This record gives sequence, C-alpha cells and structure tokens, in this order.
Amino acid sequence: MSNRPSQRGAASLWAGLARVAPRYGAMILLVFVLFGLILLISGNDPIHSYRDIFVSTLGSTYGLSEVAVAMTPLLLTALAVALPSRIGLINVGGEGQLYMGACLATWGALTFGALPGWLLLPIMVLLGMIGGAAWAWIPGELRARGIVSETISTLLLNPVAPMIVAFFVFGYWHSPMDTNKTSIFSSSARLPTLFGTRISLGLILGLGLLAVFWFVMRSTRWGLEMRAIGWNHQAATLNGIPTRRYVVGVMCLAGAVAGLAGMALVSGYYGVLLANFSRGIGFMGFLVSWLAGGSPLGIVVTSFVVAIILTSGNLLQLTRDLPYSSINILLAMTLFVVLARPSFTRKRGAP
Amino acid sequence: MIPGGEGTASPRPVLSVRAFTKRFPGVLANDSISLDVMPGEVHALLGENGAGKSTLVKCIYGFYRRDAGELLIDGVPTEIRSPQEARSQGIGMVFQTLTLIPALSVVENVALFLADLPALPNLEEIAAELESLGDRYNLKVDPWAQVRDLSIGQQQKAELLKLLLSRPRLLILDEPTRVLAPQEIEGFFRVLERLVDDGLAVILITHKLNEVLECADRIMVLRQGRVAGEVARADATETGLVRLMFDRDLTRSPVSRHATEEPDGPPALELQQACSRGEGAETSLERIDLIVRPGEIVGVAGVSGNGQRELGDLILGGVTCTKGTKRLFGRDFTRHSIGDVRRAGVSYIPENPLVMAITPYLTVLQNMAITQTRRYARRGGLSIDWQAVESDTELAWQRLGFQIAPYLPAGSLSGGNLQRMVVARELSHDPRLIIASYLTRGLDVQSAHAARAALVQARDQGAGILLISEDLEELFEYSDRMVVMHAGRIVGDFKTAEADIYEVGRLMTGSEFAYVEPS
Repeated sequence: MSNRPSQRGAASLWAGLARVAPRYGAMILLVFVLFGLILLISGNDPIHSYRDIFVSTLGSTYGLSEVAVAMTPLLLTALAVALPSRIGLINVGGEGQLYMGACLATWGALTFGALPGWLLLPIMVLLGMIGGAAWAWIPGELRARGIVSETISTLLLNPVAPMIVAFFVFGYWHSPMDTNKTSIFSSSARLPTLFGTRISLGLILGLGLLAVFWFVMRSTRWGLEMRAIGWNHQAATLNGIPTRRYVVGVMCLAGAVAGLAGMALVSGYYGVLLANFSRGIGFMGFLVSWLAGGSPLGIVVTSFVVAIILTSGNLLQLTRDLPYSSINILLAMTLFVVLARPSFTRKRGAP
Repeated sequence: MIPGGEGTASPRPVLSVRAFTKRFPGVLANDSISLDVMPGEVHALLGENGAGKSTLVKCIYGFYRRDAGELLIDGVPTEIRSPQEARSQGIGMVFQTLTLIPALSVVENVALFLADLPALPNLEEIAAELESLGDRYNLKVDPWAQVRDLSIGQQQKAELLKLLLSRPRLLILDEPTRVLAPQEIEGFFRVLERLVDDGLAVILITHKLNEVLECADRIMVLRQGRVAGEVARADATETGLVRLMFDRDLTRSPVSRHATEEPDGPPALELQQACSRGEGAETSLERIDLIVRPGEIVGVAGVSGNGQRELGDLILGGVTCTKGTKRLFGRDFTRHSIGDVRRAGVSYIPENPLVMAITPYLTVLQNMAITQTRRYARRGGLSIDWQAVESDTELAWQRLGFQIAPYLPAGSLSGGNLQRMVVARELSHDPRLIIASYLTRGLDVQSAHAARAALVQARDQGAGILLISEDLEELFEYSDRMVVMHAGRIVGDFKTAEADIYEVGRLMTGSEFAYVEPS
C-alpha cells in the first residue's frame, strides 16, 4: 500500500501516546486495585500475591519462557480470527478448528510414528492444517452460498469437534494404561523446543505467520482485494473481485491456522492427545484478536499480556490456594480496561 | 444584493445571512457569503460541484458551525447551533440522501420526527393530518405504507410532508430533483409553486440550469465559495448563468453522429431472451433481447426501478441469467463471473457509486486499482505497482479535465467527485463495452460535459456503450439507438433519429401500454 499519508504519523503518534498514557496508567491501576480487593476478600495479601505474579512471570528467564509457552497457541488462534475479520467474516470457530487440527495431526503421529522427524513433522503440520481447514470450509461454503451466517455455524460446530476427538481417543487411540489419552508420541513426532525451555517451534511459526499476514495485507494484491471486500462487499463484487472464492478460501486458511495451533499444542506442548486438551484456547484467541483490533503487532502484545494472566492463574492456584477461575475475574477486568481504550488505538479496528 | 423581491407582500426577509465564512482544512468553502430569503419566494443556489452550496445551507441549518458571519431570522440576530434549533426556528431541510427509516410506515416516520410526540402517539390523527396536507399540496402518499415499498419519488414526498407538518417558514432542499423521474420533477415544481403561494420561503440547491430557469424567483450563483452573482428570474439567461458559474463560456463539442453502417465483427453485447429472477425489491427481467454493436451508444430509457439496474447487473454477471443467453464480443458469457466479464473488457458505472463502486476507507488511488488488481500486480501478486496506478490515474484525470487528490480516503470525497472518480476509472484501460447508469448524476455542468465527451470518444474508438438514464434529453442527444424499459421488459426499440419523445415518455410510464402476458 502507498504509505505517503503516514509520513507525518510519527510525531502525532508520540503526542497521542503522551495524551493517553495517564489514562492507560490509571486504568491499569484500577484493575490492580479491584483484583486486589478480591484477593483481600479471599484472605490473601494482595501485595504479596502481585509480587509473586510478577516475579514468577516477568522476573525470571524460566517465568518468561512459561509465558511464551502459553502465548504460542494464542498467537495462532488469534490470527485465525483476525484474517477472516479483514473481509468482514466473524470466525468464532477457532476452538473446533483447533481440535480438528490436533485430531488429524495425532492420526499422523500415531500412524507414521516410525518416520524421522524431518519428514514426520511437516506431514503433521500439513495434516493439522488440513483438519482445521476442512472444519472451517463447512461454514465458509455455507456463507458463500448465502445459507447460514458464518458466525452462527462456526459457533455451532465448536462443541462437535471435541466429540469427534473423544470418539477416536476413547474408541481407538487410547493408550493401554488410560482411556482418555493416547500414548506419548514418539520423539520424532514432537516439535523441537528452543534453548532448553518448554517453548516449542510453534512460537516461531506463529510469529512468522503473523509477519506474513502483515505483509500480505500491506503490500500484496490479495491484501488490497481483501480490504476492498471487507469495507464494501457489494462494490468489490461489482468490481470483479471474486468475493465468494475469498469467503471460502479465507475461512479455510483461518481454519488451517487454528488447526496448526492444535497441532502445535499436541506435538509441541503435551506430546499426547488428551480428549479435552484445550480449555477454550480457541475462544481466547477470539478475545485476543478482537482486543488487538486484528492488527498483527497488537496480537503479539495482547497475547503476551493474556499469557501472563493465564500463567499467573496457575501460580495463584498453587501458592495462594485461589481457585483457577479467579483468574477469569482478572481477565474480565483487563477486558474492561481495553474496551475503554482511547481512540487512537482503534484506527485499525472495525470501520 | 438585490433589495426586496418582485411584488412580495412582506418586505422583510425570513432569513438573512451576512458574510458567512466557513473554512475546511485546505479549502475556503464559504467566503463571506450574504443572502436574503423572502417569504413566498424560491431562492435558488446554483453552482458546480464544490462551489460551497451544501456547506452554506448546512451552516444555516446548524449542521456545521460557521467561522464568521451573522444570521438573522425576521431581522433578529439568531444563533442556530443544531438542526433541532433550526427546526424550532421554523427551518426545515431535505437532504440529498433521504432520511426515512425503511422498515417503518410513513406515519411512524413522521411521528418520530415530531418534537412533542406524546408517550402514546395517536397515529390516526397524524395520518389524517398528513392526508389533508397531502391534498392541499398535491403530495399524495399513503400514510400507512411502509417506506421501503415506496418509490424514491414517493419517499421524497413523505419527507416533505414530514417537514410540512411542523409548519416551517423556510424549506431548504438540497438537490431534490436528483432522484426524481422526469414526470416527477414536473410534479415536484407544481408542489413548490403551491408552497410558495402559501408564503413559504424555499432555498433550492441545484446545478441544473433548466430547473432554475423554470421555478426559481431569484438565482444566486456560487463559484469557489464566493457569490459570483445574483439575478432575478426575469433577467436570467442560460448563457449568462453558465458564464457566472464557470467564469467562461462552455463550448459543446459537437457529437459526431454515426452513420449507422453495420460494423464488422460480432456485437459487443447480445442478449437473447435473457431472464432473471428478482429477489426482494429487485425487478425480474423478462425475455430481454438487446444488441449493442461496437461503436454505438444504445440508450436505455425508463423510470428508475423498472429493471435498468438489474439489466446492468445481468450483463456484468452479478445477477444470474435464469433463461436465455448472454454473448459478449461474440463469445458466450452466460455463466461467467464478474471478474471474467470485466477482464473481457466490460466496464460499469453503477447508479450509486458510494455503495456499488467504491470502498470508502481505501484511498482514491487504491480505489482506482481495485478493478484492475491483476494488471497492477507485480511479482505474482506479492506487490502492486503503485507508480503505474498513479500514472494511469493521472492520465485519466487529464483526459476528463479534473484533479482529485490521490491519497485521500475515497469516503471523504463529495458526491460529485466520487462520480468523477468512478467515471475516470471505468473509462480508462480502453473498455470494449461500457455500461453507464446515470452517468451524469451528481455532476456539475462542466464535469457532465466532460464525462459525456469521454463516452463519445470511447464510442468513436469502437466501444459499445449502454447508456442507462432518465434524462431524455441526454438520451436523445447522445444515443444512436434507444430502448425503453418498463416493468423488467424492453417495450420499445428505436433509432434515435426516428424516435418521438412523447412516444418514449408514454412507453416509459407504461400508461397506455397494455402488455398481454401470454399464458
């Protein structure tokens, strides 16, 4: 895209930042105070709890690496929402697509477990993407034919996918010891981890795909056509852009990305397929993408913040004896703050 | 300033504007404009696109805040800060785009607009009042009809009734005839006459000279934000007004009337018994036979809503051909996508550019590129050659003789500039078939002239052109052949030289045309 008008942008960005920083600061403080009250009510010392949270997430290399681990699937599931949103589609089906991706990738891991990693992993990536894409193709096709809104159909397909996974796990794939999970994948079916931490290659894949997304939207012919569709569907159609093909294609791509998230989770994180392995990571991706206004950089930042909250949830549960669900309160409060975000961050969002 | 009106009873103006100035970033939209509007008078504001007409009345109506100047109502300095305040001062305005809610009935729309609507509105009472007002001013609209079922002309009547119910003293009408069919315009002027006879003052914005000469009592011409002159109707002539509007005389390039020899090669467009099924408010097309040859302009006359839009969509491929065939340049295109049709060399100027042609959040340049994304794609689509787009755009501007800032979002352009942009885009890249719906809608005299000249030039270079219009003068002047559409059918087919304007008008309205459905 031609970016001449943005040349004067830098100065005004700083001015805008200076203008909104106090407001943001106050909002974040408010979240801390409110959640602090909840900590107090539950009989914990908020100061200590907060210190624990920060020390254990941002304060150490291990903590940071755990945040990165939690962030990996969020990047992908958020992208699976951000991409279709650019042509005006609302994909609420990341969760289901993630399950289907994991399901097909697991089939690959179990069937071709003897293959070497350099061959097996690409096969699993491909299978994961095909699984997610196939699941998203259904709503895409229905929408392109004008039968059902993709928002409804993706949402309704979500609870179906875990049942299909359960069917295979309970029926065929479970290990001799368990009923609800497969045996541990062979080492060639595991995504390599980085720097001796639990961070898998999935993180690199996620960041890479976000960069590709940014580039495609900014510079390419397809990006231009997608923006045209997103902002005026009718005009785009009359201008000769194949909008139907875009609807189906973009939904499939989004599903493929969510499916990749599922593959990365089972192959990079768990190493087995658990019947109910995702606790709403697909939905969390929807939240992240929406909060970030669909912008790639925003997705990275927002995923990071959400990952901190999720990781500290585990921690609070362990050290402070708080129920894990209390972290949902913190998440909801953060959501509140971001919803009240100042106007200059909203530019990229909904028209 | 001309003091007083011709024979008006009250010497005091309803509204006086003194030295209004309004500046937008980069433009001085109104530069010290003064005007007086007398009761019982139609005061026309004439000017080309961007002359500052709309800005002026929006300042009066409280929609914009002026930077400087004074506003007097009945000689008393008054401040109008919002449209609500304007209404309470007895000023009503009909905007270019009508503001009725389609899903509600006329009477519900009117009730919503009333300032003192009780908690339990008595719709019967309002409906009765509407009907009596309608009788008085010949504005007959069924108060219980849903707005979405009304034609644009009827919607405008409803909008007028809505304003009249609050007994205004001054009506501002922003290009009211833009959306009306020829017969409706005639009727609309009769309505204006009655309103003025009752002592109302009217500000009428337009850029159509013949309308001004027909119904205005005084004519003020704006040019680049300033008053270029003000004349009484008795002293106004067409050439005089044109000179005021453009500061020069317009010369019409003579239309090279084609000798209608049969050209070689296949027709640019050939529809045989083409049918389509209209969904919702669309009109179904019934067995359309239509041929457009290269190097000819075929005019399509008809009252809007009789299938012209669907015809354009059918040719482009947006509406499916349920029966019959469509051939373009000798090849069958009955089942092809819009992309294929466009790449074969068909371009389309739709009736509503904002909705059907452009993407408001993309820049002008990006909009110029979106019909030709393949042509401008480089490295297999990984990048776009914006320099090529820019130079092509520059060329198109030059050919049509105007300039639009390329990096503005298209949504920020005025209606006239949007239409200019779409015309420029659709006439570049040497199209072989051009479907032009309401080519000159929203364009000022000069741009309309340039657009038509470009169309004629394309025709002379061998393009086939389908010119859909309600402006019979335009059709008679520019088309080589004419067809008339009514209720989704083609009900007349003439060589323009042999056509009779009354016959065409009769077929358009379908008044005496009895089509017997073969069962």
